[in-house]
Amino acid sequence: MLTDFINMFQYDFIVRAFIAGILISVCAALLGTNLILRRQSMIGDGLSHVAFGATVIALSLGFTPLYFAIPTVLIASFLILRISNNKHINGDAAIAILSTSALAIGAVVNALSPGSNIDINSYLFGSILAINQTDIIIIAIVAIASILLYFTFYRQIFAITIDERFAKSVGIKTDLYNAILAAICSVIIVLGMHMMGALLISSLIIFPCISARLMSKSFKSIVIFSVAISVITFIFGLTASYSFNLPSGASIVCANLICFIICWVYNKLR
Amino acid sequence: MPLINVKNITVTYGKHKVIDNLSFSLEEGDFLCIVGPNGSGKSTLLKAILGEAKIHSGNIILDKELKRNFIGYLPQHNNIPEDFPATVNEIVYTGLLNQTHFVSSKYKKRADDALKTLGISSLKNDSYSNLSGGQRQKVLLARALCATSKLLILDEASNNLDYNSKSSFYALLKKINKTENLTIIMVTHDLDHKNLLGNKILSLDHDSPFFGSTDEYVRRIHAH
Repeated sequence: MLTDFINMFQYDFIVRAFIAGILISVCAALLGTNLILRRQSMIGDGLSHVAFGATVIALSLGFTPLYFAIPTVLIASFLILRISNNKHINGDAAIAILSTSALAIGAVVNALSPGSNIDINSYLFGSILAINQTDIIIIAIVAIASILLYFTFYRQIFAITIDERFAKSVGIKTDLYNAILAAICSVIIVLGMHMMGALLISSLIIFPCISARLMSKSFKSIVIFSVAISVITFIFGLTASYSFNLPSGASIVCANLICFIICWVYNKLR
Repeated sequence: MPLINVKNITVTYGKHKVIDNLSFSLEEGDFLCIVGPNGSGKSTLLKAILGEAKIHSGNIILDKELKRNFIGYLPQHNNIPEDFPATVNEIVYTGLLNQTHFVSSKYKKRADDALKTLGISSLKNDSYSNLSGGQRQKVLLARALCATSKLLILDEASNNLDYNSKSSFYALLKKINKTENLTIIMVTHDLDHKNLLGNKILSLDHDSPFFGSTDEYVRRIHAH
């Protein structure tokens, strides 16, 4: 296993997948704490479907997927933010409509475009071959910027996560922070979707935080555990994906599931 | 100059006037209780003072030294989910974010002082989800105290407490009102804790509007 692990780094695409994956895992874990604790985990799921639809449409029409998908998902994220703030709309249902529509439109456009040979399966369940040279530069820039942003505004993000009304009363611009978080979330989902798959990217946001929560009594420890769990399960998942020729997203989710069960048992026995 | 001067404000919600031409003013160190039936505009008035509700006409003038972000606010419903994983310190520190971006040790001292004033220093590293209702209320009060040294606004903050916790909470408010010379505005439903209430009362009851001293209000109620 260990020699396998070392040997796999002789391939450039594996090195790229590792760098990109670790950066995305860290960002997803940070965002996850915010979304989960505010009970908005559906947003990540909704956006991933929109990202899938946008990517397939871009490929069918011959655009570069990232340049088309990122703006589309950004717009969708602001729409979802609006919807979830509006008391007169049933937020859950609205997000479901938006995301399934995007998925459906993507599939229809793909079927209609002549000679399309897009491997839908790899977009749904993830592929480690997916990350190319340009992708990794964009991922590195966005991820590092997001991480810096998160820790610069750590206290403010905590304040709006725990109690938005109070945060507003001490002058924190809650709408601005919500918009920034939604924007980061969209970009991370688009960037991570290729590797994780549209159906599974949201688990990268949700699972680490849920597992970490079983071990934590403070916000700080939830953030630290989430990031650690996210990175470790990614490394295990991707190694398994390479060794046994599994879809990368699916094996990372399985690693997360095992980790969750361990945390859950630990929590019960404690 | 008064700390807060409310001049002829009207706040509407749709076509309905929630607050109609209301005026009153408070001096530093006042402890005002706002009473009135549901829907009489108590929470709306607090929102107007906090700058969160749109005032249709009239205005609210705050003392130059009192900035909007420096009002200590304790919301009506406990906005924090009971199982939220956060320590007391983490929560109380958010009250400092109107003064500092990163909470350095200089500011943490202020949070320590607030916890000490409320007698909950020993809880500072405990998880909020493990605290009792009364303890949680004190944590949120400590957070509000970190945000202000002038004005505290409480919106039925003691609603979910039992009788004893309520009494001790009111006694604590009265104490910090005196010792810290902190102005307090509190919306409350229960007037059974009369001796623990503040020096002024504002009644938003449409049938018997009132603003004046608590003694006078009590005398009037007895006269009826």
